[in-house]
Amino acid sequence: MISRLANPTRFMRASGAVLPTLACATPIVLLVGFYLALFVAPPDYQQGESVRIMFVHVPAAIMAEGVYYFVALASFVALVWRHPLADIGAQAAAPLGAAFTLVCLVTGSLWGRPMWGTWWVWDARLTSVLVLFFLYLGYIALANAFDDPSRGSRAASVLALIGVVDLPIIKFSVNWWNTLHQPASILRAGGPTIDKSMLVPLIIMAFGYLLLFVTLLLVRMRTSLNERRARAVQLSAVVAPPPAGASPVLR
Amino acid sequence: MLAYFGLFRREILLAWRQGGEIGLALGFFVLVVLLFPLGVGPEAEILSRIGAGVIWAAALLAAVLSLDRLFAGDHSDGGLDLMALSVMPLEGVVLVKCAAHWVMTGLPLVVLSPFLALLFNLDIAAIPTLVVGLLIGTPALSLLGAIAAALTLGARRPGVLSSLLVLPLYLPVLIFGAGAAEASVSGGARPHLLLLAALSLAALPLAPFATAAALRQALD
Repeated sequence: MISRLANPTRFMRASGAVLPTLACATPIVLLVGFYLALFVAPPDYQQGESVRIMFVHVPAAIMAEGVYYFVALASFVALVWRHPLADIGAQAAAPLGAAFTLVCLVTGSLWGRPMWGTWWVWDARLTSVLVLFFLYLGYIALANAFDDPSRGSRAASVLALIGVVDLPIIKFSVNWWNTLHQPASILRAGGPTIDKSMLVPLIIMAFGYLLLFVTLLLVRMRTSLNERRARAVQLSAVVAPPPAGASPVLR
Repeated sequence: MLAYFGLFRREILLAWRQGGEIGLALGFFVLVVLLFPLGVGPEAEILSRIGAGVIWAAALLAAVLSLDRLFAGDHSDGGLDLMALSVMPLEGVVLVKCAAHWVMTGLPLVVLSPFLALLFNLDIAAIPTLVVGLLIGTPALSLLGAIAAALTLGARRPGVLSSLLVLPLYLPVLIFGAGAAEASVSGGARPHLLLLAALSLAALPLAPFATAAALRQALD
């Protein structure tokens, strides 16, 4: 299926057929998830109502990591098989992943203030998510840093693969850094026991985030393909200007 | 084999004759280290607590500053194309260039570090660990930095961009290097130094492959 969708025109047709359904399903699932998370799920016995940030924070964290693996996989496919849509997909997904990571960091900080008494702490997980955010930013910066866009996507693909090797190393080294030193005492309320009443809204929210990502990814990929077509038409108009009075034909 | 020696000699001679660039990186290293006592205050206790980390962070920044010297000059005048076409594999070329870069940039940092450690009133037990850690860790800085330097060849503003790209790669080196110096006070520096050595040894075969792949992207 992947090779059948390699043809951009076929991809545009297929994604155009699927997109309305996805675009309708995404807000429905998210609204159902929000309703369940905010009104139906019970408050935690220790954290009270502020546990509800979990339903925004945890799915964002899942998507942040998942989208990076998607970017790395797409970059691998782009480099090895030269799939024409793979680097378009990777560059479309990277800002979405960076946004999910930012949401994860900000909501985590807002959750940490009432729970831990601090906006930020340099433990292993927070530090490695912050580094993941900078990996996304580096990928986006590199892809856009060249006048020749194909050079940019090739360099960015190599960077994505190096990052996917580097991410476990960072996680591992920051783990050692924290445990080899005396850890600070962190005020920590007991984490919520994942009872079904909380698990179901969490899964629905995660699914809603996934639908949101796929919808936005398809929209961005279609936009990118349309931009390339528009640029190609502009270039051909410069090279062989259309006769006066004729309108440019989009083939 | 002669080709490798010839390339190494060329790199050393070029770097030596363009001495200003290396002096700039070393001067930057010293200046960044000097900023911290002025900013944090001269209390010896605080300075000795942060000294190892500050020296390591300044070494990282100085390494990042010197990276664009690796490939940009040869790329712009066509020497990189000749190296890619020569009998030496591109990975070997990268390795020799990194070795020369380390000799001209990393080793001076290692030599300067004990004097800067004295400025920070570091524990006497920590200074040898700091120097050994820098000695083990700076090759990794040159090797990993070569990847970023190769990726940003031909980009707009390559200096700033390669520093953004390379810092996630440098973080484990920083963590273990500074951790070794701080742990040496209590006698537990060996695991940190071994992990630093592991990072450098792992970068030795892997970084030239990634760098050569990035160079091939840049050359065609």
